[in-house]
Amino acid sequence: MNVKTLLSHSLWIAHKDLLEFSRNRVMLVMLFVFPLFMMMMTGYIFPSGNTVKDMQLSVVNLDSYNGTTGAESLTFYSTLDSINHRTGFFVLSNTTSEEDARAMITRGDRMGAVIIPANFTSNLRTGSQGYINVLYDQSKPQISLQLTSILDSVIAQMGTTRAVYTVNRTTGQDLNTSVAIVTPYKVQNKGTVPGNPNYFEFMAPGMMMMVVMFSVMTGLPRAISHEKEAGTFDGILAAPTSRFSIILGKTIAQSVRGIIQGVIVLVLAIFLFGVTINGPILLVVFLLLLGIFSFIGLGIAITSAAKDEETASTFMMVLQFPMLFLSGVFFPIEQMPWYMQYVAKALPLTYATSAMRKVVVLGAGFGDILTEVAVLIVFGTVLLIIAIPLFKKAMAR
Amino acid sequence: MAAPIANRIIETRGLTKRFDGFTAVDHVNIYVNEGEIYGLLGPNGAGKSTLIRMLTTLSNPSEGAATIAGFDLVRDAQRVRETVGIVSEKMIMYDRLTAYENLRLFGKLYNVPKKEMDDRIEELLKIVNMTKWADEQIGKFSTGMKQRINVIRPLVSMPRIVFMDEPTLGLDPQSTADIRDLIKRLNERDGLTIVLTTHIMNEADVLCDRIGLIDKGKIAAEGSPSELKGRIAERGNTVVELDVVDAPVDAAQRLRAVEGVKSVAQKENCVKVIVSREDAFQDIVDAAGKAGLRLRNASISLPSLEDVFLHFTGRAMVDEVKDKVPSGGGGHGPWRAPKQRGR
Repeated sequence: MNVKTLLSHSLWIAHKDLLEFSRNRVMLVMLFVFPLFMMMMTGYIFPSGNTVKDMQLSVVNLDSYNGTTGAESLTFYSTLDSINHRTGFFVLSNTTSEEDARAMITRGDRMGAVIIPANFTSNLRTGSQGYINVLYDQSKPQISLQLTSILDSVIAQMGTTRAVYTVNRTTGQDLNTSVAIVTPYKVQNKGTVPGNPNYFEFMAPGMMMMVVMFSVMTGLPRAISHEKEAGTFDGILAAPTSRFSIILGKTIAQSVRGIIQGVIVLVLAIFLFGVTINGPILLVVFLLLLGIFSFIGLGIAITSAAKDEETASTFMMVLQFPMLFLSGVFFPIEQMPWYMQYVAKALPLTYATSAMRKVVVLGAGFGDILTEVAVLIVFGTVLLIIAIPLFKKAMAR
Repeated sequence: MAAPIANRIIETRGLTKRFDGFTAVDHVNIYVNEGEIYGLLGPNGAGKSTLIRMLTTLSNPSEGAATIAGFDLVRDAQRVRETVGIVSEKMIMYDRLTAYENLRLFGKLYNVPKKEMDDRIEELLKIVNMTKWADEQIGKFSTGMKQRINVIRPLVSMPRIVFMDEPTLGLDPQSTADIRDLIKRLNERDGLTIVLTTHIMNEADVLCDRIGLIDKGKIAAEGSPSELKGRIAERGNTVVELDVVDAPVDAAQRLRAVEGVKSVAQKENCVKVIVSREDAFQDIVDAAGKAGLRLRNASISLPSLEDVFLHFTGRAMVDEVKDKVPSGGGGHGPWRAPKQRGR
């Protein structure tokens, strides 16, 4: 069988598959809905860097000085209140006692409480530090973390301002010098590309790779096991067609489908979620194709191992789930414990995601993603070498 | 009696298929002459489909060999595929493709030249009166219409042999007649060799030049329908047919008690008795009277294929779906739960 016949057969099989697909309205709609749904869902449920606003916070002022409420605590409270007016992080309300504040947190009415102790003013006036106690809700660690860190920085800022004025007043230095004396070091954060990446920008590259790679890994076994069950596969197998043409044709059809879906993700990301592609668009397309290549072998192996549609989907579930969560599509792998990072590094999707993210977010060129590209090529080739004999064997039961 | 070797377009030698210890096809030796319609007749689960799957290269034999048009089934599988066509029990067609697109796809896979493709498709569609449906999606067709396309589908590549697995299964009487007529015409017009499986006696009788009776994976007898029926008569068996008005429930039981009676089968108003004596007619009629059967007519009839099957396998051929054992059908492994066939 010559190459021309082989290619012609596979193109006709691919043509058939795509024709069927294009006439399936439900599938066409799903082509759009699936990525949209995934992006909406994952984009909105995961912590996206947006801070929680309007956290209910009790302020318990126990400070007393010379028989009345201490002046320092009143200043503290009014400064906190006026900063909060600008930022809107909290909704402040007075509470009379610490016990009340605790009860309110336990009931879920408050996220936390700021308690100004009784000796606040007297400490400050006698040259000691004025303590502020903060209570927080331990049942919501993520929110408590935000609450305490915001309070920390707000209160630290208030302290700095106070110190600057004190220096200014006592030494007679001007305000700028006073600031430099109080906070001699100043950090300025800058990314390597302009703009401020949002969570979609973090997620979209991984999503794109995932959709495309899974389309081959799952689409291939599904397409073939479906035909087996329908009986039509016998027609193809009984024809004088090379086994290689069959698998190639099916792969072409699934790849085209995967790329269309990948492009849909890309377009949605750009126009609906405001993602900018900083790298060359051709490199993006190249990575999509490479992702497909690296998963073809896996798809063929599953097809060969699975006797029917049900077994095939079970296999796919087992493989898909770890990849979905461990490949850094939704969470950076650096956040995982060290042993999980090793697992992540064994998954091809990790490299595909990392490469795509570098290109999309950081504007990386081909030279910057050589390692990832090499890993994907090796992975894809090795799996193909394993899978093709398996497929040939499976087809002649 | 046997045809000259040169004419044997299919010949199997000890062809066997085993699935995990279960033997679906057991050392089958059959031959098919070029240009004839050969029927594999047997109950569901007899191994007909598995045999066809092996002969169309869809399943590798566990043992034995076969030549098809001179090509070895395993070694020259690709040449065998070029020579044969298959009409499977499950229709080999894509619902979302039009009739024309379905036929063209398989034409392409069989390397039919571009120039001839459209002419052939047009001609085949004309034969089955489906020309005006050429550009409609198959999914919109009735079962009968689908089967007409399904039967002409392998013909686009002009094979020398077509295997048909239960080509009339699940069709209404009109479509069944149409398909049988088509099979006959293709055979007569083009000299196409056709191997079909069926579990319907009548179908085998009217269509086939030669028949292989298959039961439990083994060929029980092989020959033309008249030859096979003749063999019953040769051995001194008589078939007595009683046309009755009504029959008590235990009538069959009482008839069995008559000396030499091998079987009694009742189908509506007709009771058939096979007796191993040639002089038993009077005894049967007498016994029938005693049993309370009210006779309208009684005669010695020619043996039917049903009688032949009963004679050679020792059991009546009944279409019991629950008897269906794994046939490896569908190409996905040997053991699967017995399924109701797609009717």
